[in-house]
Amino acid sequence: MITALTKSADDTRQLGAALAPLVVAGDVILLSGGLGAGKTTFAQGFGLGLGVQDDIVSPTFTLMRSYDGRLSLIHCDVYRLDHLQEVIDLGLPEMLDAAAVALVEWGDVAAPGLPTDHLETRIELTPSDDERWFQLHPVGSSWLGRTDELRLATQRWQS
Amino acid sequence: MSDRILGIETSCDETAAAVVADGHDVMSSVVSSQVDLHATFGGVVPEIASRAHVELLNPVIGRALLEATVDPHGLAAVAATVGPGLIGSLLVGVSAAKALCLAWEVPFVGVNHLEAHLYAAFLEEPDLELPVVVLLASGAHTMVVLMEAHGRYRVLGSTIDDAAGEAFDKVARFLGLGYPGGPVIDRLAKDGDPSAVRFPRGLPERPYDFSFSGLKTSVVTHVRKHPELAVADVAASFQEAVVDVLVAKARRAAAETGAKGMVLGGGVAANSRLRERALEVCAADGMRAFLPSRSMCTDNAAMVAAAGWWRLKADGPTPLDAAAEPSLNLATTV
Repeated sequence: MITALTKSADDTRQLGAALAPLVVAGDVILLSGGLGAGKTTFAQGFGLGLGVQDDIVSPTFTLMRSYDGRLSLIHCDVYRLDHLQEVIDLGLPEMLDAAAVALVEWGDVAAPGLPTDHLETRIELTPSDDERWFQLHPVGSSWLGRTDELRLATQRWQS
Repeated sequence: MSDRILGIETSCDETAAAVVADGHDVMSSVVSSQVDLHATFGGVVPEIASRAHVELLNPVIGRALLEATVDPHGLAAVAATVGPGLIGSLLVGVSAAKALCLAWEVPFVGVNHLEAHLYAAFLEEPDLELPVVVLLASGAHTMVVLMEAHGRYRVLGSTIDDAAGEAFDKVARFLGLGYPGGPVIDRLAKDGDPSAVRFPRGLPERPYDFSFSGLKTSVVTHVRKHPELAVADVAASFQEAVVDVLVAKARRAAAETGAKGMVLGGGVAANSRLRERALEVCAADGMRAFLPSRSMCTDNAAMVAAAGWWRLKADGPTPLDAAAEPSLNLATTV
């Protein structure tokens, strides 16, 4: 597991952007963390890094939004378990087949029915208003094989 | 004889049908809210919403027709929201509308939900003078729109992260106040001090854009640090920050575009503090304020029928093979 500390919302955006070059079509990144942790801020940075031009806005209402970038970005909000099935019903697996990566905002519940390969990203608030604590946990052979790259890309945020 | 249009609205969690004559005369407006169904989940559950629409829609349409005492074969059209919204929910209303059009041999009109919110003001002010600036704020959208003429809109700015209504819902959930967040914060804020906490006013670079994500985070971090704060004070201070930004941007847009008036629309437009402040600034600027009644701000089908009437006049009927479009935006209809 890799841990990182960001100092501000802008710093969180930059961390998100730093991860974008590592992803390939079909990748799934899970984002968990409470209200105000910075999931959308991270997603905005990740989108920028992926070359998305449009504003990345909250997917809460529609459950899923997609954007064009170097790869398509699918941004989902499945903070309740029953949302995952709905997002799958909305065609997430098919969309991932077509040169897309998915950023899935997740609640704190355990996650059955997830793809075996994914990057688990947990964001936590810290006693400081602006700082955020990140835990990056590569799961499955595809992501485990990228652990060193991941470490390198996030070097400046590691304590 | 007047043009009577049956409107159908199922884009989110309200199942609604209404009959409106000549684009403004509301003969009936029936809304069956699913709020109780979704309250236990703290928000709309799309699959549950679609199923509820299927069960509720026929009785709701039946009641709207009965209350208006119209012969459906004599309708000028059936208008239904085709987007934006939840795909499963939209499909229920669109399919029902098309089936009724075939059965009754009347035209179908597909309506943009955002455009329908703009037309809510015309139900009560049919002669509303254009151009107007519309502040449209709901659980899914927050935007400032310049309505130059019927069917001609310019989106001046919109949210770059969370919608205003979404911020109300999320902050209410964080404060343990339940769902939907808008009405409960509105109520609680009346007993609170809006200046208790100076929450940040999100002001993105583009002059008419909105940002509410930082405000939400600020509420979370502030309450964690000051658990002794009265919830009513937090609610009032949070509401004040949202209203401040909404009103300031709409006011600036109206001044810079030379609009004749300011119109509020969307569920957040039912907020009493927002209504109060909008009236204040319009009075100060010598501008007319159009505040649709609360039941016409939140999702309803009368506004769909009204927008449908204008669409029918401008473009004629919509082909029956038109699809539901979950991510339709205002520009699409221009």
